[in-house]
Amino acid sequence: MPTMNMLQAINNALDIAMGEDDKVLCFGEDVGSFGGVFRATSHLQEKYGRARCFNTPLVEQGIIGFANGLAAQGSVPVAEIQFADYIFPAFDQIVNETAKYRYRSGDLFNVGGLTIRTPYGGGIAGGHYHSQSPEAYFAHTPGLKIVVPRDPYQAKGLLLASIRDPDPVIFFEPKRLYRAAVGEVPEEDYQLPIGEAEVTKEGTDVTLVGWGAQMEVIDRAVELAEKDGISCEVIDLRTLLPWDQDSVAESVFKTGRLVITHEAPRTGGFAGEIAAAIQERCFLYLESPIARVTGLDTPFPLTLEKEYLPDHLKIVEAIRASVNF
Amino acid sequence: MTTTPDIHAPTFLAGDEFSIPTFRLLKQDGSLHEGATAPELEQDKALAIYRAMVATRVLDERMLAAQRQGRLSFYMQCTGEEAAVVGATAALDDADMIMAQYREQGALVYRGFTFDEFMNQLFGNELDYGKGRQMPIHYGSRKLHYMTISSPLATQIPQATGYAYGQKLAGDGLCTTVFFGEGAASEGDFHAALNMAAVHEVPVIFFCRNNGYAISTPSIEQFAADGVAPRAFGYRMHVIRVDGNDILAVYSATREARRIAVEHNQPVLIEAMSYRLAAHSSSDDPSGYRSKKEEEAWRDKDPILRMQRWLIDLGWWSEEEEKALQESLRREVLETMKRAEKRPPPPLDSLVTDVYADVTPELQRQLDSLKRHIRQYPEAYPKGASSLDPDVRAGDDVAAKGED
Repeated sequence: MPTMNMLQAINNALDIAMGEDDKVLCFGEDVGSFGGVFRATSHLQEKYGRARCFNTPLVEQGIIGFANGLAAQGSVPVAEIQFADYIFPAFDQIVNETAKYRYRSGDLFNVGGLTIRTPYGGGIAGGHYHSQSPEAYFAHTPGLKIVVPRDPYQAKGLLLASIRDPDPVIFFEPKRLYRAAVGEVPEEDYQLPIGEAEVTKEGTDVTLVGWGAQMEVIDRAVELAEKDGISCEVIDLRTLLPWDQDSVAESVFKTGRLVITHEAPRTGGFAGEIAAAIQERCFLYLESPIARVTGLDTPFPLTLEKEYLPDHLKIVEAIRASVNF
Repeated sequence: MTTTPDIHAPTFLAGDEFSIPTFRLLKQDGSLHEGATAPELEQDKALAIYRAMVATRVLDERMLAAQRQGRLSFYMQCTGEEAAVVGATAALDDADMIMAQYREQGALVYRGFTFDEFMNQLFGNELDYGKGRQMPIHYGSRKLHYMTISSPLATQIPQATGYAYGQKLAGDGLCTTVFFGEGAASEGDFHAALNMAAVHEVPVIFFCRNNGYAISTPSIEQFAADGVAPRAFGYRMHVIRVDGNDILAVYSATREARRIAVEHNQPVLIEAMSYRLAAHSSSDDPSGYRSKKEEEAWRDKDPILRMQRWLIDLGWWSEEEEKALQESLRREVLETMKRAEKRPPPPLDSLVTDVYADVTPELQRQLDSLKRHIRQYPEAYPKGASSLDPDVRAGDDVAAKGED
C-alpha cells in the first residue's frame, strides 16, 4: 500500500472522483494550473482540462453562489475556499442558499452535489486570519453536512464519500497535517461513512471526543494518561453535522466520563452542543462533569499560539481532573 | 488584452460622459416608432404573450384584494412590469432555466403554471410544491424550469452563472435567464456573478428590471451612474437598455441576447426601464415616499394597454374578446382560490423531510418528541394534529402530491 501525506490523499480522491464522473468539477482561487496554494489540486487541470478545473476570480461569495447554481443544474462541484478564515463572504450563500435549497423547494431542487473544501485550524504560525476553526457557525445550520478528517486515509475516504453524498458537505481540512500526517492510503477507490463517529481506541475510564487535527493531540494526551493507569476511550467524531450521538452516548454509558476538545473558542463552540446532548442522555451515568478543552474566547493569536491551543498537556490535566473528581 | 494608448498628462475619464440609449419599438398608441420594425411574432404567440400579461394582472389584483380581506398573509404584485417579464420569457426556449427574484409571476403564467399551482403556494397547502415552507409568492417549478424563489436578494444571480456554466458543459444549447431589480444590483452577488460570467464565458442573460424603487429607496439613491447598464462595460459584456413597457422591444432584445448567449457562450446584460406601479408588497405603502402624480404619469405608459392597442390595430384582438378574457380570468382566480383555501396544510412529517436527502436520527427524535407533545395538546396545534390521526384526513380527495 502506498504512503501518502494528506494533500496527496486529497489530490488522489479528487483525481478518482473526476476520472469516474465528468460532472465533477474543481474550482476556486489558484486551483487551476498552479494546483492550489497547498497543491491539493495539482495536475487536475492538465488531466481534465480547463473547463473542469479552473481558477475563479477572487470572490468567495461568487465561488459558492456559482457552485450552488452548478449543483442545482446537476453538476458535482468541489469548490475550494482557500482558507476557512475567508469563508465568511460566502456565509450567506452557504447558510441561506446551500443549506436550504432542498427544503425550501420541497425537494424540487437541491444542491446535494456540492462539496466545499477548506483548510482550517492553527499550528502553522498563521495568526488570526490563517488559523480559525469556524465549524460551529455552520453546525448551527440544518441542511449542511460537516466533515473533518484526521489523517490521509480518512481524508481520501471521507472526501470521496462527501463528493458522492446526496447532501451538500463542508469538508474542513486540518492544514497543519497537510504534510505532517503521512500514512498508508490504498490507491483504489473507497469511501468512509458520513455521519458515523469512529472509536479509534477502546478504554473504560474516560471518553475523549475530538475531530481533525485534535485527534493527534488527544493521542499524545492518552499516552500520558495511560502511564497514570487511566484507561481512555477515544472517539473521532469525523462528521460534526449530523453528529453521531449514539456512539458518544454508548461510550459514556461505559466510562461515565467525557472530555471534549476543539481548537475553536469555547463559547458557542461545538463541544457545548455535545456536552448538552450527552448530559441529557447519560445524566445518571456520569461520574464527573463533562469537561471541555478548547481555544480561548479570543481571536487566534500569532506569537502565543502554543499557549492558546488545547494541547496534550491541557487535555491530560482535564482527563486527570475528570477521573479524580 | 488590447493595448491602450499612453498619455502624458493626468487625464481622468468620468462615468457621466456617456449615456446608454434605450431601445424602443412600440409607441403608447399601439403604433410603431418611425424606422422601427416589429419582430417576427406570429399571431398565436402574440396572443399567448398578451393573455399571460392580462392573466398576471388579474391574478395580482385579485390576490392583493384577498390579502386585504385577510385571506392571505402576504402578496407582491408586478403591475406595470408585465411586459418586461413576459416579453423576456416568450423570447426564451421553454427549457431555458429562469431564476427569478420575486416579481416575475408573469414568466410562470406564460410557461403554463396554473392558477391552482399559484394558489397552492400562496396558501401553503398540502399541494404546494414548497410544502408550505416559504412565504407566499415563493414559487418554483421543476417542469417549467423555474427555480424556486429565495427571499435573500441577489443570491440567485451568481447561481445563474453557475447553472448556465453547467448548461454550457452539458452542450444542450440552453441558457439561463436571471431576473433581479435595480436594488439587488447593488449587492455583492451581482458583481461576483457578472465578473465570473464574463471571465468564464457563460451563456447567461442578466435581466435587470429597473422599476425605479427598492421598497422606498428611489434609484437616484441607489446608484450615481446612468442606471445599471454601464456596469457591463467594466466586465466586457454585451449590454442593451430597453423600454421595459414595450413588449416588442423586450421580446426582440431578449431574443437577440439569447442568440449571443447560446451561440457565442457570452453573458448579456439587459436593463429594462420600467416602473413599479404597485406597492413593493402588501406590507408597503408607497404614498409615504412618492407622489400620486408620479404614479399617474407611469400609468399612462401601461404596457398591457400598449400591446392591446397594437393587437387591435392588427385585427388580432377586439374589445369583446378582451371583456370575455377578463371575466373568465376573474372567475377562474376566485374558483381556484376557494379550492386552495379548503385544502389541508402539509402533513406534520413534512417539517423534517428535505432538510437532508434522508431524515437524520436526531431529526426523527425531535419529530417523535413533537408528536408526543401535540397528542397531549391537540387543540393548541390544529394544523399539526390534523395529520397525526389518519381519520381526520379521511374523505380527503387530494391526489398525488408534487410534480413529475
